[in-house]
Amino acid sequence: MEPYQLTIEEARAAIGRSEISPLELTEAVFKRIEAVDERIHSYLTLNKENALVRARQAENAPEQPLAGVPIAIKDNICTEGVRTTCSSRILENFVPPYESTVTTKLKAQGYVLTGKTNLDEFAMGSSTENSAFGLTKNPWDMTRVPGGSSGGSAAAVAADMCIAALGSDTGGSIRQPASFCGVVGLKPTYGRVSRYGLVAFASSLDQIGPITKTVKDSAILLNVISGHDPCDSTSANMPVPDFTSGLGRDIKGMKFGVPKEYFIEGMDKEVGESVKQAMNELESLGGIPVEISLPHTEYAVAAYYILATSEASSNLARYDGVKYGLRAGGKDLLDMYMNTRQSGFGAEVKRRIILGTYALSSGYYDAYYKKAQQVRTLIKQDFEKAFEQVDIIVTPTSPTPAFRAGEKTDDPLRMYLADIFTISVNLAGVPGISVPCGFTSQNLPVGLQIIGKHFDEETILKTAYAYEQATDWHKRKPGL
Amino acid sequence: MQYEAVIGLEIHAQLLTESKMFCGCPIKFGAEPNTQTCPVCIGMPGVLPVMNKKAIEYVIKTGLAVNCKIAPYSRFARKNYFYPDLPKGYQISQYELPLCEGGGIGITVNGSTRKIGLTRIHLEEDAGKNIHEGAGNHSFVDLNRAGTPLMEIVSEPDIRSPQEAAEFVKKLRAIVRYIGVCDGNMEQGSLRCDANVSVRPIGQKEFGTKTEIKNMNSFRFVEKALEYEIKRQIKVLNEGGRIIQETRLWDSGKGITESMRSKEEAHDYRYFPDPDLVPVEVDDAWIEQITAQLVELPDARRQRFITQYSLPEQDADLLTSERSTAEWFEQAVKSGGDPKAVSNWMMGEFMRLLNEEGKQIDESALKPKQLVDMLALIDKGTISGKIAKTVFEEMYKTGKEAEAVVKEKGLVQISDTAGIEAVIGEILDKNPNEVERFRAGDEKLMGFFVGQIMKAMKGKANPAIVNEILKKKLGS
Repeated sequence: MEPYQLTIEEARAAIGRSEISPLELTEAVFKRIEAVDERIHSYLTLNKENALVRARQAENAPEQPLAGVPIAIKDNICTEGVRTTCSSRILENFVPPYESTVTTKLKAQGYVLTGKTNLDEFAMGSSTENSAFGLTKNPWDMTRVPGGSSGGSAAAVAADMCIAALGSDTGGSIRQPASFCGVVGLKPTYGRVSRYGLVAFASSLDQIGPITKTVKDSAILLNVISGHDPCDSTSANMPVPDFTSGLGRDIKGMKFGVPKEYFIEGMDKEVGESVKQAMNELESLGGIPVEISLPHTEYAVAAYYILATSEASSNLARYDGVKYGLRAGGKDLLDMYMNTRQSGFGAEVKRRIILGTYALSSGYYDAYYKKAQQVRTLIKQDFEKAFEQVDIIVTPTSPTPAFRAGEKTDDPLRMYLADIFTISVNLAGVPGISVPCGFTSQNLPVGLQIIGKHFDEETILKTAYAYEQATDWHKRKPGL
Repeated sequence: MQYEAVIGLEIHAQLLTESKMFCGCPIKFGAEPNTQTCPVCIGMPGVLPVMNKKAIEYVIKTGLAVNCKIAPYSRFARKNYFYPDLPKGYQISQYELPLCEGGGIGITVNGSTRKIGLTRIHLEEDAGKNIHEGAGNHSFVDLNRAGTPLMEIVSEPDIRSPQEAAEFVKKLRAIVRYIGVCDGNMEQGSLRCDANVSVRPIGQKEFGTKTEIKNMNSFRFVEKALEYEIKRQIKVLNEGGRIIQETRLWDSGKGITESMRSKEEAHDYRYFPDPDLVPVEVDDAWIEQITAQLVELPDARRQRFITQYSLPEQDADLLTSERSTAEWFEQAVKSGGDPKAVSNWMMGEFMRLLNEEGKQIDESALKPKQLVDMLALIDKGTISGKIAKTVFEEMYKTGKEAEAVVKEKGLVQISDTAGIEAVIGEILDKNPNEVERFRAGDEKLMGFFVGQIMKAMKGKANPAIVNEILKKKLGS
């Protein structure tokens, strides 16, 4: 096995046993990046020089939990002194003067930043095709997308171009690419992880989470990044358990809900079969399936695209050419604003700004924004009711495996509808994890989504771990 | 046709917190541009606001002082618009659920008191400043002020005259200064006043079309701008025109209001609840805690001054308009000063000297005890009331004690009967014609003789003794 293939858990053990040094590990990862990223294009910015410095420093403090572990960060999370573009022309040369809370926490544990990974511009998309800086390819099939918006992070983990990565998830942007790339992606409970330094797309839905090779690694990273942050008023002030401690416990008697609304028309047959098999596996591990109903599911996508775009229209107002980022010239102020935003934002971002602006406009607010908030409350209540009967809910992560690049770019609505299984989870604010649960006949990974109660990441991690240990999907690697 | 004005005011008061509304940056005026800033108040990508609890307390405190209902649950909203001095492209403000609602302020104009109702008080952040001078064909942006907490106080359209409007602003200013939440400086813009004004025929219930007047940065300008605007509107109506709903700017140089922008082209601010902030929940315990910090307010103090110190209303008004003035007065009385005498000196000489320098009472070195000591010298007859003015001015300027000033300057009053008699004899001898006329009944000449004597004695003669001897001598 090559060093770059290690998980966090294995890398820490190997470093602890002095089988490999942080510097050797980091060098191995960069070698791998140099070998394969030309074909995949996960990274927008590489941080090699600093990474090697950090790796050498880690050799002096090998007891730190992430000492010398090379981790990739999605390029919408601010890293002081390292360019953060959000895959947008408007921030093409933006170098943050401050560090996000999550990377501050990773730094304190000795991590090594490999670089910043590609995403759909401002995290708006499901395929990473909306990046202003080129497509990321799916390591399992170079003609296909890695999913999105954290496609760069998921592809980098799948192709062993980092030991683990961070992504962000507003409507499925961690779980769906994890599912497309055959890795583990966790969206924590809203408020579990600080958003300070995450460039906002939709503030009430955004959440940072780990994308990893194993469930154990997911728990290890979640341990580091969780917790109340005085810089984020929406981060929860509650104790953070050790998420690794419950791993390995059995799931006997655990009730898992299967929403009848989730096996939809248009779902890929092989995906449906893989997920059903996974449910059988859970049952054989002692889980008890319970049919449940999430009756407002059909309104989730519509409500999401009103709320997320409304918030985005306001969040993206700051990119006006005045203070930082791109400034296009103009004959007067209005002209400068329009030229800057015209040339700085891509088509999908513009589409969403226009949608959101419209939904918040006077005369439409009640019909759109307010109505969508009411739907959001109903969806939240759907989950609350379901969780009175069951401990977790199990669904496919996405109705299809990775699709071909260009296949859906002309049909945004079809692209939006594919987020049906992940979007409700963000609207409800509950945690969800995607774990590999099979492959299609074309050797494309399929993901199983496990959804938990508010702040009960422990139970979904425990279940995902039990499933992962009983299967070996996570051990398969793309042939590169 | 007879018209009446309908006026509602919107007052923005900059709060005296140490740091900004949503970040830890200090609030300091006059600093180099963009030095009092951080990623949060510059609106960097990825930053988040965190509420300044003190600012919320200051608004609640104000609400309590003017009898508002304090909302147990309120929320911040985003007001979206593009402007270079607004770094995030939206202002964090309050919209549907403000911190305070209702309440009112009593104002007295021409002897009659009316209550002006308040609609709401809410909290928001200030914007930065665009600088056009010295920038050529560019403009600069200074974000030092961006994120400073602002309290917006909105009155009901209960005000009926420019005088009432000015009185309302005065009263409100006194209150926010008393409770220490705003310095009330209108010239520097820490207290800003906008007015919505319309006119309607007397007896009509419906409001006329209103205009919004901005840029009135003193009480006097509030009154003048509204006087002008009301006249302008009446003239338009009388000439058969109609009022356009618009924002107008007061130009104090020209003494007129001018159209700035019409409401038709106004923004749609697309308000929505700010998802980055959690709702503000205010419980009874918190309200009680803030209530306990409230000081005696101007009206209550004014009433107490009238009853406790038997002061005329006018004295009480003046002495209680500023907390520091009222406190200076009460200290003087506590040190043994006669309330009315202290009041006279404060409202007279003291105010005159302060005004000359443009100073506030708490910026003066003069201590209440010093005035009281000087009053004692007058009572004892050591100095005359007239000489006391010289003594007071010297005390004010040098901070020396009254007695020391009197000694140094040789200002002790002469009460020596023989000495005074000798001088009087001389003056009468020098002016035989006037003596004769006086004796013939021209009693107005009394003043002439006193003046001559005082002049000869450099004003130091005890006037009572001079009068007594003079009368005796002239009568003989």
